[in-house]
Amino acid sequence: MRKGTRIVLVALVAAVVVVAGALALFMPGYLPVIPGAVAMDPTTLTIRKGEYLARAGDCVACHSNPGEKQFAGGRPMATPFGNLYAPNITPDDETGIGKWTPDDFYRMMHNGVSRDGSLLYPAMPFASYTKVTREDSDAIYAYLMSVPPVALKNRPHELRFPFNQRDLLIGWRTLYFKQGEFVPNPGKSTQWNRGAYLVEGLGHCAMCHTAINRLGGSKTSQEFEGGMIPNQNWYAPSLTSNREAGLGNWSIKDIKDLLQVGVSHRATVYGPMAEVVYNSLQYLSDEDVEAMAVYLKELPQRDSEPPPTSSARLVSPDVMELGRKTYAKQCAMCHGDEGKGFPPSFPPLASNQSITMASPVNSIRMVLNGGYAPGTMKNPRPHGMPPFSHILNDEEVAAVVTYIRVAWDNSGTPVKPDQISELRKIIPE
Amino acid sequence: MVANARLGTVWKHAFAGLAASFLFATPCSAAQPSEIPAFKSVDSMEARVQGCVTCHGQSGQGTSNPYFPRIAGKPAAYLYNQLVAFRDGKREYPPMNYLVAYLPDPYLREMADYFSKQRPAFEPKQPSEAAPATVARGSTLVVTGDPGKQLPACISCHGASLTGMEPGIPGLVGLRASYIVAQLTRWRTGGRQAPEPDCMKRIADRLAELDVYAVATWLAAQDPPTDHSPAKANLQVMPISCGSQKPAP
Repeated sequence: MRKGTRIVLVALVAAVVVVAGALALFMPGYLPVIPGAVAMDPTTLTIRKGEYLARAGDCVACHSNPGEKQFAGGRPMATPFGNLYAPNITPDDETGIGKWTPDDFYRMMHNGVSRDGSLLYPAMPFASYTKVTREDSDAIYAYLMSVPPVALKNRPHELRFPFNQRDLLIGWRTLYFKQGEFVPNPGKSTQWNRGAYLVEGLGHCAMCHTAINRLGGSKTSQEFEGGMIPNQNWYAPSLTSNREAGLGNWSIKDIKDLLQVGVSHRATVYGPMAEVVYNSLQYLSDEDVEAMAVYLKELPQRDSEPPPTSSARLVSPDVMELGRKTYAKQCAMCHGDEGKGFPPSFPPLASNQSITMASPVNSIRMVLNGGYAPGTMKNPRPHGMPPFSHILNDEEVAAVVTYIRVAWDNSGTPVKPDQISELRKIIPE
Repeated sequence: MVANARLGTVWKHAFAGLAASFLFATPCSAAQPSEIPAFKSVDSMEARVQGCVTCHGQSGQGTSNPYFPRIAGKPAAYLYNQLVAFRDGKREYPPMNYLVAYLPDPYLREMADYFSKQRPAFEPKQPSEAAPATVARGSTLVVTGDPGKQLPACISCHGASLTGMEPGIPGLVGLRASYIVAQLTRWRTGGRQAPEPDCMKRIADRLAELDVYAVATWLAAQDPPTDHSPAKANLQVMPISCGSQKPAP
């Protein structure tokens, strides 16, 4: 044998040994046995899934009193028609839903009909939950059956006549309720369809982001066009208008952050949306939040009103000067001389749609009452804004809100002192 | 004489001017009132508590507003309990309930720790305008109590120098009379509660309306102590059992 061949052979043998060794080291083989660990059974998997979906539906927000037992109900919901009290949805046989079957639960979610056949008030978002699949409804049911039962009697609603007559709901349902599970759009991606399912179904975003009329109904033709939230007196901006909270020119990352983290480089959530992020959206997976972002970004853009005319945007020089001075003294520290803020800690005011949108309600309320972004897993120590209601009078608040709506090429309109005094009367929430 | 008197006035003015310029030169004085937002670095606790400053001041010393309390130096567990109670609606004050509604426990604890460690100077005391008998009654209730009405002395739980007691009892120094009256009234009406046994509820129920006024005006008129720190827990035996002194779960 020639010397060269021998070297090659030795090298080959060595290589085989090395590869075999590596294989022995790195092949997966059997999973190591962890003492006490048990593979999750199908029931556990279903309950886990149901818990996640209950988060997506934000059941806890209405069906629990803060700081008290989860899902035991009793939380008052102020409506223009009187107070509603969310019922106990723990599996207590007598006072909760312990005797409900999966069929009862699905009929409630899908048709808005309770176990005893009574019609639900539309404060329960069954007009959205009707889109939830039977499989997901069953999972939520399984989860609710697994939580500790709490014996707590439901508090009767306190609705004014005639709204306390449940038969009237037949009329309401004819006008505003369309029953039916979500049907995927074959022309769109799986991701878009997942987002649509979550936004239109469990997320029940339309409950606030579609205007509610005097009968407590909302029209699908105006879906996501924004509106005042009754009794909470916050304005839920339009998701379809780039002049409001339309997301057409947002990056997917900023939309995701706003929904899941509560803060982003474009804006921050406060008020009712902070509650949604705190109780619901922060718990959703990155994939699901991204799907929602993709769907929301693609919502068709339509403006219900034309942009403000230049005469509507005229501001008297005195007001502008008072606004500029107040801004420099009280606001510039956090939001910057040029309104750029320190995002995501302190939101920008320049080119911020929520500042310039037609309704100035949210900006005025923020100046009066301040606000903290919700503390979330991805932003557990949020920055906050102090109240100025005791420091600035109506003229000063009107001037400073006017200033931030028109300065730095912002395209908003001025606000008047009497708008401030109206909003001062509202209890912060 | 006339000239002398005039000269005297001039001197007075000059002195006042000097005093004023000295005041303005001191840090944290009129140049930057403590209720106006200010911080050095965005990623700091100082920047994060700017949501508190228009009512409680940059270091929790309170502001010129007579209602909002000084929170600096109060025991951390007391401040934490209040923040949790505000968040969960157990202590009702809508502006506070709203601000902390969506903040998690660990962050509220961090905020409480932050203000418990602050030691800003006290605001000037409030001279009492109460009648001498009322002043005497206030002094008695705070320092010795009223055994006939089963009222222990304030100092037996709120600390000998009224700076509070670790972990859960607040200091009463540096609080204004209007705030103390409002709080004692809330204890009486159930608007404020503490974990059972709710000692302060039992005491507030035994106070007559005039007692509330007497205690509040007397407390607000006292000189602040040199050491702001709360008394250590359980050096003294408390005359009445308090749920807020139990170790946190």
